[in-house]
Amino acid sequence: MVLILLPLSTVSVAGSGEGAVLYRQNCSVCHGVDGDGGVGIPLNLPDFLAVASDDYLRNTLRDGRPGRVMPAFTSLSDAEVEAIIGYIRSWSGQEAPVYHKHALHGDVQHGRQLFEQHCTACHGNRGQGGTGTGVTFSRPREAPVMAPALDNPGFQDSVSDAMLKATLLRGRKGTPMPSIASLGLKEKDADDLVAYLRTLKIESLAGDSEALEPVIRYESEYDLEQTLENLKQAVVGRNFRVIREQYLDQGLAAEGEEDKHRVILYFCNFAFLNDALAIDPRVGLFLPCRITLIETEHGVQLMSINPKNLSRLFNNSELDRYCEQMHDLYAEIMEDATL
Amino acid sequence: MKRLFLLLSLFLVSPLLAAQDLFMVRSQLPFPEAMSVLQQSIGESGFHISRVQRVDIGLTKSGYKTDKYRIVFFGDLDELHSVSDRHPDLIPYLPLKIAIFAENGETLLLASSFKHLRPFYTSPDLLQKFDRWESAIREILERVRVAE
Repeated sequence: MVLILLPLSTVSVAGSGEGAVLYRQNCSVCHGVDGDGGVGIPLNLPDFLAVASDDYLRNTLRDGRPGRVMPAFTSLSDAEVEAIIGYIRSWSGQEAPVYHKHALHGDVQHGRQLFEQHCTACHGNRGQGGTGTGVTFSRPREAPVMAPALDNPGFQDSVSDAMLKATLLRGRKGTPMPSIASLGLKEKDADDLVAYLRTLKIESLAGDSEALEPVIRYESEYDLEQTLENLKQAVVGRNFRVIREQYLDQGLAAEGEEDKHRVILYFCNFAFLNDALAIDPRVGLFLPCRITLIETEHGVQLMSINPKNLSRLFNNSELDRYCEQMHDLYAEIMEDATL
Repeated sequence: MKRLFLLLSLFLVSPLLAAQDLFMVRSQLPFPEAMSVLQQSIGESGFHISRVQRVDIGLTKSGYKTDKYRIVFFGDLDELHSVSDRHPDLIPYLPLKIAIFAENGETLLLASSFKHLRPFYTSPDLLQKFDRWESAIREILERVRVAE
């Protein structure tokens, strides 16, 4: 099979639509088929393509945005990266801007004042960016596009001073980002802002790589029925609503033949869920909240996923913080139920 | 022919997906059609759907606005029993699931890899099971992605 498919693979990758194919495979799921955005930011905005250099796109693909959803595409070859950039570039039909690489000199203190006056409302007081993912069409949100995290090491390492300045001077139609000229600022102010932005870089937003236990587990001294009742009370006591109780194999086993010793309790706090979805629409993989009771000859155990473990897959530091809360809630609920 | 195309498609993208922690695809089908293809695709991979959690219904009933958002649980009964008997600490991750949600007239589908679980298990049988599940999930999602 490999011998048959390899030549086909080569033809496909080398074909004229290589960039489009690679974009669809790697990028469109988040950025949209036409670059309109989604979980990722929109890439097809004329003002973005006018100021984004190929170096910026290349470095962004390679390094991603640690802790801000965008992964690092380390498995793509150089040729594949260039093909994707070429495809994105084709949306504007314009040449890529080329910037010098040397640092701009500006007044950091003045830049800080300007940043605090004009930028923090969207980009945060430390340049940490807006809440949530790129754009979303599935639910209401405060901003049409998430303001980028200017302190992110992936962003800081990808963008040149000259590109930052060009963005400030041009603004970005289709987003809340104005041209600084419309704010009454001059070119020298852009230099000062860039100088300040360079002081914002943080080390990393990515979580540590130490493996975390995949489950949270508690032993109960009560029987299954009593533990389940305790669990329901604990869930309600934490402002969650019980939405379903079922056997583990329910829906797969014939009715009446389910394993009665493995019971799932599903529950939800819809306000908490709504907030979590605003941070990352991919949180469905944590849903619904669930604790499983398992009765064996040794007693009854309660188990849940460890949200902190699963969160590692999402490259979203905001979600990590939510999952820490969720971890603590699971533990508290199980502790209450087994006291 | 369709199967060959799917295999070819999976072969072409597999090195990319293998590096991913999450399996995520965009279907250009509207949500109802994508959901229908997903349900069929799960069956074609030898699994049965045990339940569909309608997340959007709960949210809208509670006063929150959202487009369609569902969680599809699926598995194989014998496999569910054998894995949960031998590795009860995997029970919170079973049955398998795929999140599916509408986004601007299109549909996004998402499933987790087993990368976060692998460091905790050494059983070759179970690691092979993770491989098989990941492969099946990718196959399921790819069928939805290419469906027209």
